[in-house]
Amino acid sequence: MIHTLLQLPIGTLLERYPWVEDFFSAHEIESAQWRESSFRELCQSLDDAFFLDIASSPGQFSDDFTLFIQEMISLEEGDANTIHSMRILPGLNKCQEPEAQEVLLKQGQVTAIVGPTGSGKSRLLEDIECLAQADTLTKRKILVNDAVPSDDTRFSNSGRLIAQLSQNMNFVMDLSAHDFLIMHAESRMASNIESLAEAIYKKANELAGEQFSITTPITQLSGGQSRALMIADTALLSRAPIILIDEIENAGVDKTKALELFVDNNKIVLIATHDPLLALSTDQRIVIRNGGIAKIITTTKAEKKKLVTLRRLDAHLMRLRNKLRLGDVIAE
Amino acid sequence: MRLITVSGPPSSGKTSVIVKTLEELRKENLTCGVVKFDCLSTQDQLIYHDKKIPVKIGLSGSLCPDHFYVSNVEAAVKWAQDNAFDYLITESAGLCNRCSPHIKKVLAVCVIDNLSGVNTPKKIGPMLKSADIVVITKGDIVSQAEREVFAFRVRQVNPRGKIIQFNGVTGQGSFYLKKAFSEADPLVSLEGATLRFTMPGALCSYCLGERIIGYDRQIGVSKLMDFNES
Repeated sequence: MIHTLLQLPIGTLLERYPWVEDFFSAHEIESAQWRESSFRELCQSLDDAFFLDIASSPGQFSDDFTLFIQEMISLEEGDANTIHSMRILPGLNKCQEPEAQEVLLKQGQVTAIVGPTGSGKSRLLEDIECLAQADTLTKRKILVNDAVPSDDTRFSNSGRLIAQLSQNMNFVMDLSAHDFLIMHAESRMASNIESLAEAIYKKANELAGEQFSITTPITQLSGGQSRALMIADTALLSRAPIILIDEIENAGVDKTKALELFVDNNKIVLIATHDPLLALSTDQRIVIRNGGIAKIITTTKAEKKKLVTLRRLDAHLMRLRNKLRLGDVIAE
Repeated sequence: MRLITVSGPPSSGKTSVIVKTLEELRKENLTCGVVKFDCLSTQDQLIYHDKKIPVKIGLSGSLCPDHFYVSNVEAAVKWAQDNAFDYLITESAGLCNRCSPHIKKVLAVCVIDNLSGVNTPKKIGPMLKSADIVVITKGDIVSQAEREVFAFRVRQVNPRGKIIQFNGVTGQGSFYLKKAFSEADPLVSLEGATLRFTMPGALCSYCLGERIIGYDRQIGVSKLMDFNES
């Protein structure tokens, strides 16, 4: 395969893999002029000064090129890392006492993390993010599909396995919502880029309190809008099968819909929260006390019933919020 | 003794990455020294002093910082050997994006941050492209999507390097970087070692202190733009 890559006309390669253009543009090579030639012929035509400038040689440059193509193809196919389960083996709490029990998290399941401020909720999320192997303060161990993850999975692959959402996150790119989604979809090597971007944009607007246009620069979105876009984008476009959420309740997004979005996409979701509606919408909740896991509670039937009341209250609050936003006076 | 060259744009988090990683090494009773190369001034020695990490500061002043680096790196190695350090880290900022302090057969680390923008990986050049390990910082404050796009862009320009996501505040990632440090080949001497990339060539009147602008003042190697090009 490697040999054919180097022998194929560059035009053919570009038709097959449009992203090959990125390699040429990164080295300031006008690929349009070389459509008829193979990469090998291109290398022969480039002068010594070119290779000196990039501290390379024709051989190494060809290796780089094939490596680039292989890497990109592996990204294109890269959804192979299916995660069915994650297991948190007990570590120690702040008093160095062993934690109460282990936790099993399954695909399509949402788990809440509850506990007072400073009790160690974020710490647990951090342990999961780095798939701790008794090498963090808490000495917890995280198993993926009931096996110890390799070092490469733990660190190099970061972002492919675990996605994160927190209140501290902001958009920093100077792009419109549309261009941003296109860029993200391209980096995922997705095939139906435009329709995917459109779907995410629609979903984000469903979650957000106020509508925004697809041409709005992402840095100008309100707190709620950007949170909504991050949620929709992470659920629908991130390759990560595990999602960690740190307190998004104050953002003014439709919480119930947001959670459903993750469950529908078969993710493992952990959400640190103080919000009763969010906590009871999950399948189970981990109670953190004094830095350690104190117990695990499966959401009871009675609690699920209570959820109906909570939803009604939440809807009522939403209505009041909207009225105030629109400048109305509250009558009753 | 193991030498590791750490480079990266200003304020990308090099010092935090180094400090957190050295703390990991010191847990194993290994000794480490740092040589910080900078241009005009730096306050980073205070951070290292605070952590009781031996540090030497080299300021290039009016000279090209990377030429300055290469003329002093051998002495830096000697300083580390005289002090019987297990690790020597050189820290330098790639100030013009053209330079790279990386040496063949010496572990090369490039630190860049998510806030610097998605086009940065293409702009940085050899310092990033020739690195064995690319440490990406500040991932905790940008969106998941931007983090993914950024890592993808790094992959595009450096398909060989290993990417490590690093949180300079909590030290997340330091364990893995420490492991990579300890797998580096020990160094006996830098004599005859080769830079991975040529330094920018410049020998003109302005290198020697000329300040007046004008065609007849330009002596030596210079490169002129063509403004008539369509």
